[in-house]
Amino acid sequence: MRTQRTDKMPRAQLLSMHIDVDQFIPATDEEKVRHERMMESTTFLKDGLRKLFKKPLAVLSIVILALLLLTIIFAPMIVPYGYDEMISVNGSRDRTAKNLRPMTYSVNEQKAIEEGQHIFPHIFGTDENSRDYFIRVVYGTRVSLTVGLFASLIVLFIGLFYGSVAGYIGGTVDLVMMRIVDVIYSLPDTLMVILLSVVLDQVLGTSLRGTALGNIGTNMISLFVVFALLYWVGMARLVRGQILSIKNNEYVLAARALGAGPGRIITKHILPNCISVIFIATALQVPAAIFTESFLSFIGLGVQPPMPSLGYLANAARGGMQTYPYKLAFPALGICLIVLSFNLLGDGLRDAFDPKLRR
Amino acid sequence: MLKYAAKRILLAVVTIFVIMVVTFFAMNAIPGGPFAKEKAPEPAVRAALEKRFHLDRPLVEQFFLYTGNVLQGNFGISTKTGREISTTIFESFSISARLGGISVLVALSFGLVLGSIAALTRNKLPDQLIVFFTTLAAGVPSFVLGTLMLLVFSLMLKWFPVWSATNQNYVLPVIALSLYPMAHVTRLTKTSMLDVLGQDYIRTARAKGVRPSLVIFKHALRNALIPVITYIGPLTAYALTGSMVVEHIFSIGGLGSKFITGIDNRDYPMIMGTTIFLASLMVLLTLISDLLYSAVDPRISFD
Repeated sequence: MRTQRTDKMPRAQLLSMHIDVDQFIPATDEEKVRHERMMESTTFLKDGLRKLFKKPLAVLSIVILALLLLTIIFAPMIVPYGYDEMISVNGSRDRTAKNLRPMTYSVNEQKAIEEGQHIFPHIFGTDENSRDYFIRVVYGTRVSLTVGLFASLIVLFIGLFYGSVAGYIGGTVDLVMMRIVDVIYSLPDTLMVILLSVVLDQVLGTSLRGTALGNIGTNMISLFVVFALLYWVGMARLVRGQILSIKNNEYVLAARALGAGPGRIITKHILPNCISVIFIATALQVPAAIFTESFLSFIGLGVQPPMPSLGYLANAARGGMQTYPYKLAFPALGICLIVLSFNLLGDGLRDAFDPKLRR
Repeated sequence: MLKYAAKRILLAVVTIFVIMVVTFFAMNAIPGGPFAKEKAPEPAVRAALEKRFHLDRPLVEQFFLYTGNVLQGNFGISTKTGREISTTIFESFSISARLGGISVLVALSFGLVLGSIAALTRNKLPDQLIVFFTTLAAGVPSFVLGTLMLLVFSLMLKWFPVWSATNQNYVLPVIALSLYPMAHVTRLTKTSMLDVLGQDYIRTARAKGVRPSLVIFKHALRNALIPVITYIGPLTAYALTGSMVVEHIFSIGGLGSKFITGIDNRDYPMIMGTTIFLASLMVLLTLISDLLYSAVDPRISFD
């Protein structure tokens, strides 16, 4: 027989209108103090950071990103191999160092170690061209992160400019500018990215050969061009919406009455009030850009070999994935970690800094 | 309503036109024509060929010729295989459509169920598990997931056969393709369900004594579905583009893998045809889901 406990309220049923007693928790000491005297004033930034660091997931993602950042900055200084360098022992190319398993040495290296030489271990093994795989993954992460950050910055600047102009001027200009945004917004982005990458690769490839820009790799440049052409529309819409809601405030009118020009009003009075929302959107753009880059690299339109990116490495590893599954696992894990951390960080930032969600 | 529909349809038409313009002129910007190969034909032969394919006309005229052909379903000939592109598209699209269709259905149905459960058990264990799962699923690109699943379940454990024309097993490709949108649908359903559950008419229904199950299915879920409808357009678009990579990984001979092969071979008419076909399809599907949305929800005002 079921026994009824009398010291507790019966468990609330689904959709029941009973008051859930669990929601009433005693006030903490801090909260009690706050009732009695005013707390010292806090800035927007401090308050937001305090909230951010209270979220374990956000903190975890910051830690992971910091660790990744430290690794990709310092690992190339410590590891004595280059991302495109074939392993050599005693000055000659080591042909036995192909496809080594993680933390193992090749036959020639073993001999050298026995002779008393110090050889740096291959943490992730080597690839089929006897290059150190760890350093390739590190450089791949570098490339992927750089692409993500730069693409987001490009999107931020174009979107900020376009959205501010459309939102501030308004009227017919706004209408025309927003119709253009509507059309670009409804273009299927992935398809257009692929198409433009194919074309820009061919067009830029011939005109840039030999110049400084050509060294970065035409695919990389076409990636940025693609982002600059297509992905700013979301940001432009966001900025325009923010500006429309802010520009009718009294303080903007006051600034205008005092003779401030539109440039000053936008940069000094409007943007500071919506900067957090824009910043969060930019943070969430980073994983999207990394996603796109790895997707393009995966179908063979990304960075130029021998320069690795995580998507490129993952694609290259598919060939021998039954024999060397770890070669696929490392870059795949890298992509997942980066995308996941940035997503979590963006969510955390939104909860902490978005004025609409503040209580 | 009519004005809104007309506006949306006009936007869709303009978008498709822009897609065609971009695709056509982008492809023509690539240096080297179809006859500029290693074995260049004689100038006279080349001139005859160019006349035959209207390549001697101005580019704008060529564009309108191409548009006219496309509208009649003629996408030209692949420079690699020499086959009619429209035949290739229609043959391989049935596979892609099946894969994409199943994935959309899976993503929608699982997403709706999981999202509703999460909203109803807010901050309790099931909700936390679902949130954990959706966060994870949103961070794994479909090509990583697909490759890893192929490796583990097909090649190592041999639970699922590798794809072949006679032995078509959709389980792994569908999972790879639908997990990410499923996470999105789950989040969307949860937010809109929570929103609806806080409304007054839910409390009224409960106060009248309507059974909880009836309140959930008749009052809450029906209204919570509305925002999800808008996502069907982007979802199908995602399934169509995502299927490229997934088909490539599982070596399924659908339209997506044909597209990627076209890119690999720099088969420009093929890339052009597939892009225009897929892009127009996506624009149309988005249009339909937007119109459906406005038809379903009478609260939306049309400005």
